[in-house]
Amino acid sequence: MFPAPFDYHRPGSLDETLVLLAQYGGDARVLAGGQSLIPAMRFRLARPAVLVDINQLDELAYVREADGMLAIGALARDAALERSSLIESSYPLLFDTSAVVADPVVRQMGTVVGSLCHNDPSGDWSVTALASRAQIVVRGSTGTRVVPIDEFLVDSFSTAVAEGEIALEVRFPSPPPRTSGSYQKIERKVGDFATSAAAAQITLGDDGTVAQIGIAIGAAGPTATRVADAESALRGIKPTKDAIRAAADAARKIADPVADPRGSVEFKKDMAGVLVGRALLAAFERLGVGGLR
Amino acid sequence: MKISVTVNGKRYERDVEPRTLLAYFLRESLGLTGTHVGCDTSSCGVCVVVLDGEKAVKSCTMLAVMADGHEIMTIEGLVQGGVLHPLQQGFWDQHGLQCGYCTPGMMMTSWVLLKQNPNPSEAEIREGLSGNLCRCTGYQNIVKAVEQAAAAMQSQPVETVA
Repeated sequence: MFPAPFDYHRPGSLDETLVLLAQYGGDARVLAGGQSLIPAMRFRLARPAVLVDINQLDELAYVREADGMLAIGALARDAALERSSLIESSYPLLFDTSAVVADPVVRQMGTVVGSLCHNDPSGDWSVTALASRAQIVVRGSTGTRVVPIDEFLVDSFSTAVAEGEIALEVRFPSPPPRTSGSYQKIERKVGDFATSAAAAQITLGDDGTVAQIGIAIGAAGPTATRVADAESALRGIKPTKDAIRAAADAARKIADPVADPRGSVEFKKDMAGVLVGRALLAAFERLGVGGLR
Repeated sequence: MKISVTVNGKRYERDVEPRTLLAYFLRESLGLTGTHVGCDTSSCGVCVVVLDGEKAVKSCTMLAVMADGHEIMTIEGLVQGGVLHPLQQGFWDQHGLQCGYCTPGMMMTSWVLLKQNPNPSEAEIREGLSGNLCRCTGYQNIVKAVEQAAAAMQSQPVETVA
């Protein structure tokens, strides 16, 4: 099936992009990698009257560290993270995630920011963004604002990006020393949507207690979901088997999946717990903390 | 909308609707039917082509207008002067295909894989091709074909148009 007809614009600058977005408002959608938007348009789940293609804006294709943040521009492809030695060495949660988004070919076009903007309930980056407390830089013709990920993910396929605005960049706080993380995902086959997913990021203090922690689950509600009770179960203490079990139980409790051919509600709720447990174990073990299995 | 796309080294100018997908542009506007259309939903990988000599892309999930001003290489661009590309030779020698439907996508994905990683392990080949489905030969011989091509290209680098 072909997309419904639309008007196509390919601005040569960010200023021109903002003018077009202001002009067309809610009729316009930004086209980056297109790996979610184009299939949605083909299924007629999305019928934007106007596409604003930003693929010419090479200046948005960056992945760089600055001011204590990792900044990923709107045109940085998933594959750029997967091949980055900086991501591999310093951002284990992001590196894990980049290797399991869709499939290797889709990742050559798909973008991190585009995935966050699509906000599919089963998307990967939104889960990881919650666990690592990311922020999204959103610009409109009247100015720029920085939106915490918890406020950015409004509802399924809906974000805090308003009419006339564009998400320019996602920022991940650079992990302090003794930080690690892990992304865990169950999928029926490479490229399928997640049956269930979980992300965890942990920072240990000098005394071995958990100083900072982020835990989130995917494919378990209208959007990726922070599991605050799981974070509370571990924050401020030295990790124990019981605390990890309590965190996993908190994920089971809060998970609100839908039944589909990938699994029943009961199964997916259980998997949310299993994957939170695995993500925590992997993160602690990467930090050299064993004996938790 | 008028677009200009270089395909396999030759420049084409055509008028297309913005909603035209690249796979259909290649097949129907340019008559390059070596690029196949399978699932049409970005899942199977038979439509993979190479964009700007560096990205393997599913051409059913890219608009033809997005290729305006860019270079595309399709399966038709692999053969040079009547000599099969090492990937083509590898698929032939190793029986890497039966029906041939997935083959163009397998080869174009492998072309980028070998460009980025000229000496991949078996696991890296399997991972690299995990977005491409084969429903008859099975993957064993496809992996062997790519291994043969990698070895051949290491000993005698080839040039392609893209």
